[in-house]
Amino acid sequence: MTARTIRGAAAAALAAVLTTGATACSNPSGPAATAADSAVVGIATEPETLSPLLGYGKDGNSKIFDGLLTHDADMKLKPALAEALPEVSADGRTYTYRLRQGVKFSDGEPFTAKDVEFTYRTILDPRTNNASKTELDAIESVTAEAPDRVVFTLKYPYAPFAERTVLPIAPAHVAAGQDVNGGEFTTRPIGTGPYLLTGWSKGEKIAFRANPSYWGGEPAVKKFTMAVIKDDDVRATRLRSGELDAAILPPALARGFAADKTRTTYAAKTFDYRNVTLPTAHAVTGDTAVRQALDLAVDRRAMVDKLLDSAGKAAYGPVPTDSPWFTPGTERAHDLDRAKRLLDAAGWRPAADGIRVKDGVRASFPLWYTTGDKIRQDHTLAFASDAKKAGIEVRTEAGTWEVIEPRMKTDAVLAGGGSPADPDFDQYLLLNSALAGDGFNNMARYDNPAVDRALTDARESGDPAVRKAAYDTVQRELVKNPGYVFLTHIDHLYVVNDKWDGPGTQVEPHDHGLGSGPWWNVEHWKPKQK
Amino acid sequence: MIRRLPWGPMARMAGRRTLFAAPVLLVVTFGVFAVAALSPFDPVKAYAGTAGLTASQAELDQLRANLGADQPLVARWWHWLTSALTGDLGTSSVMRQPVTDVITGRLGWSALLACCAFALAVLLGTVLGVLAARRQGGLLDRGASALAYTLEAAPVFWLGLLAIWFFAVRLGVLPSGGLTDAASDTVTAGQVARHLVLPALVLGISQLPWFFLYVRQGVADALAEDPVRGARARGLAERRVLLGHGLRSGMLPVLTLIGSRVPELITGALLVETVFSWPGIAAATVQAATSVDFPLLAALTVLATAAVLAGNLLSDLLYGLADPRVGFDG
Repeated sequence: MTARTIRGAAAAALAAVLTTGATACSNPSGPAATAADSAVVGIATEPETLSPLLGYGKDGNSKIFDGLLTHDADMKLKPALAEALPEVSADGRTYTYRLRQGVKFSDGEPFTAKDVEFTYRTILDPRTNNASKTELDAIESVTAEAPDRVVFTLKYPYAPFAERTVLPIAPAHVAAGQDVNGGEFTTRPIGTGPYLLTGWSKGEKIAFRANPSYWGGEPAVKKFTMAVIKDDDVRATRLRSGELDAAILPPALARGFAADKTRTTYAAKTFDYRNVTLPTAHAVTGDTAVRQALDLAVDRRAMVDKLLDSAGKAAYGPVPTDSPWFTPGTERAHDLDRAKRLLDAAGWRPAADGIRVKDGVRASFPLWYTTGDKIRQDHTLAFASDAKKAGIEVRTEAGTWEVIEPRMKTDAVLAGGGSPADPDFDQYLLLNSALAGDGFNNMARYDNPAVDRALTDARESGDPAVRKAAYDTVQRELVKNPGYVFLTHIDHLYVVNDKWDGPGTQVEPHDHGLGSGPWWNVEHWKPKQK
Repeated sequence: MIRRLPWGPMARMAGRRTLFAAPVLLVVTFGVFAVAALSPFDPVKAYAGTAGLTASQAELDQLRANLGADQPLVARWWHWLTSALTGDLGTSSVMRQPVTDVITGRLGWSALLACCAFALAVLLGTVLGVLAARRQGGLLDRGASALAYTLEAAPVFWLGLLAIWFFAVRLGVLPSGGLTDAASDTVTAGQVARHLVLPALVLGISQLPWFFLYVRQGVADALAEDPVRGARARGLAERRVLLGHGLRSGMLPVLTLIGSRVPELITGALLVETVFSWPGIAAATVQAATSVDFPLLAALTVLATAAVLAGNLLSDLLYGLADPRVGFDG
């Protein structure tokens, strides 16, 4: 090797670095998507799979697929692949759907009742690794009675069943021949939906293009891309640089766009609650007086203002105060004095260190939150500090679910949940004594016969008035005997460029995947007239 | 100087090493299964994700049986091994995809990143090392050495975040992550080149200090030896002395270093790919590990082990070629 070659190589390397740098400069990551028929949105988490058979899009808005039914902006059910809402038999155990005719999958094959039967049967097959199949527990059988008619028979009368049938329908002719858990269909899905998948680079982005032969009309937004960006700051930066047209952001970062004339911030109302489980099996948290006192001692208003930057609401139960299912009159004001009086009356007397004691039991219990979850950590600390003022010691601990799970029976947990489609979906799992400690259901082992009865009445009755009355009972019982202290309902914030007519938000669940956000109806967006 | 390569001894050495690799791989895969089984993460919980929080216990138990997570460690390892030998690497539970697909789809991007970074580290390290050795204690030497020690102490993910903050957030000249722009559907060479700059730079820079310090020391030592003094005495040009004599014998330890740096390159790539959302094999390793995805984890470990063994073989072969006294007996 001579000096010349070394110098040559060094010069070449330097030149290469400089030219890459120069091209990068001449071509900054500025507005990449200027055309209004293309939308790029930033999301924080991506689905594990795109196969509805494994749980993708089970709550609707899956883009690639359609369900038999779908939700409108007000979360009312409306027909999608079904022609109309289902006919329900008098005993509430048979649901008959008439299917829309002339719908084709994106590969040109027609959609028929066989596909519906295949989808539900495959999900319920024990060999299918679908972790959400418990939600379809009510189904006894599903039968394609005619090419345009599907009948579901239920094991028990289940009023909210129709809400479950927003679940996306997979094509039998494609997916039937494959390994359901790892076949090609899980990454290269084919559906009837408004968009076709053009590419999925895991951990990076999911790209769609409009389905030109969509039965509901071709979407005006022709190209739709979801960039997966875990880091909130990076997502905000890429939104500001114009690379993204919209993004989900935490309140602190969303505030940075408040004065922006070209972007709008959407605050989606949610059923997404944070609560503290009060284990029945623990001597302190199992005591009704302690439960009531904690429920009164927490300053929910302060949590909403300080922890959530006002992007949320005080929660008094699983149902948010602005929902039609909410029972007016069950709001509890922050009342520390009453909390103290309750504890005094029940025999919990303050000891020398300020912590109350009753029959030799110190009013002290551990409260776990999941490591790394800032919102839960903040709620935990605020709860502990409020409880301290009433003379109850809350020992906060952080851990992963693996650490927390074996302790859930006796230790309190800062938990989250909430599902807007029907109160049954979260309340039955959260409060039913039959499900106490079953997986992560009813973590506190709440046991209240009045609630159990109301939950069963509500799920079995097809009469909306009966159901409303039953959920009123549940909410009133939760005031008398709070098995959980509900703290807040959290708004989800999204910032969107003002390039389209159509963005808006639905009421969102706790588990808000890519079907939530203002882009839930991106297929109906229209470019703004300038 | 053209010399016939000793193909025979080289092939024999490669063969011996390959035979030796088989038991190593066996032990390593068993080790991976054992460590994964001891890990506090639960494969069922990782698989179910948020859906697991509302699933019934019966459902979670069924899932455990389907995933084979209820099997004892040895049975699971034996099952994996026998299927792997027939070419079936199994299905990755975290990617919901056959392991073969995961690897073929990602290996190329990782190789591209690693090769660019390695080339950068070797070239830049050698150039700087020679320049520093030429004037020991000079401004360049002191500056570059101090920087090398600092970089050596800096964790690579921290360098990555720093680079994102500076080039992507502050200056806005380079993309912060991914393989292509979010809005782009096709993977074009130009896009990949732009997105490659930061991760390759960070990974290369993190490897640079080793090469720089080795070359600097090697060349400096060589410059103090007799052949160099002889060359100077004969009146050869300084450049000739430096490159023809100093660098040539000073490069010997660097050849060993190339082999031993491969594992470090792989672990560095783990962090770099994660920080920059680079869709490579290393990013998949992190996911596989935290979700206790046995089939994927085992296949990736075999791959990494093979890379390390091959790296060692390569450096030994090169060393034997560069210094005939060493030979190919190892």
